[in-house]
Amino acid sequence: MADCDETLRALQTFLDGELSPEAQHGIHDHLDGCLDCLQAFDFHAELRQVIAAKCRNDEMPPDLLHRIELCFGEDIDGDGRVGPSATT
Amino acid sequence: MQYAPQLYSAALRMTRNKADAEDLVQDTYLRAYRGYEGFEAGTNLRAWLFRILTNTFINSYRAKQRRPQIDDVEDVDELYLYKGMRSSDVAARSPEDTLFETFTDDEVKAALEALPDNFRIPVLLADVEGFSYKEIAEIMDVPIGTVMSRLHRGRKAMQKRLWDSAVDRRLVESEPMTTSTPASTPPDEHG
Repeated sequence: MADCDETLRALQTFLDGELSPEAQHGIHDHLDGCLDCLQAFDFHAELRQVIAAKCRNDEMPPDLLHRIELCFGEDIDGDGRVGPSATT
Repeated sequence: MQYAPQLYSAALRMTRNKADAEDLVQDTYLRAYRGYEGFEAGTNLRAWLFRILTNTFINSYRAKQRRPQIDDVEDVDELYLYKGMRSSDVAARSPEDTLFETFTDDEVKAALEALPDNFRIPVLLADVEGFSYKEIAEIMDVPIGTVMSRLHRGRKAMQKRLWDSAVDRRLVESEPMTTSTPASTPPDEHG
């Protein structure tokens, strides 16, 4: 089983899901019995979710897909026409 | 076009402005559609589109950026933000506030966008887009070891930036620490 230092050093790789199965088990075993490390892992797992959610929520300009369609001359978004739709 | 909103958000984080982000997404689709980049059947379509996006950004847009190219980031303790948030008197933050409520969208975006390209792109691809080390290495055309070290340092620098913005907004009161301390050391309590 990993100790606190080993566990915290593996924090990011663990959250990335890139540890070997054995190493992953060692971390799990340690976290089961160590509240300090578990809290640090929880914090960083939550931080990951916050970063992903907040850096990926930009509203795409509605005419961007239409501009791309016009370049191709094809109906890519499947609204039955090339370029802006009649309703907008 | 199912990946267009993701590509647009990623393009915004890369170029840091809407006009360039729109052009970058458009260029990416044109290059993809015309088959310039040689899509191989059986490979991951999303990773392939992000590879084109990243290459197009690096080759065409980065040169236009007004900012000087910086190749390094400030180094801080592994648990800098975590220890700071735990140890500081958090004025505007109640204990049940989640990190989601603590940091605004703009703060998190700004913290990522503040990273130099070399660090911003791997953090974006890993933490926002969820790509594996191997996928990021292929997208950026660098060795996996390089991906790992840039991710490591980029994430720490981003956490430092988040901490700084919390200090700026007076959510927290002081520096969490200036030197590396063992992770098992309990955080200093104020007051």
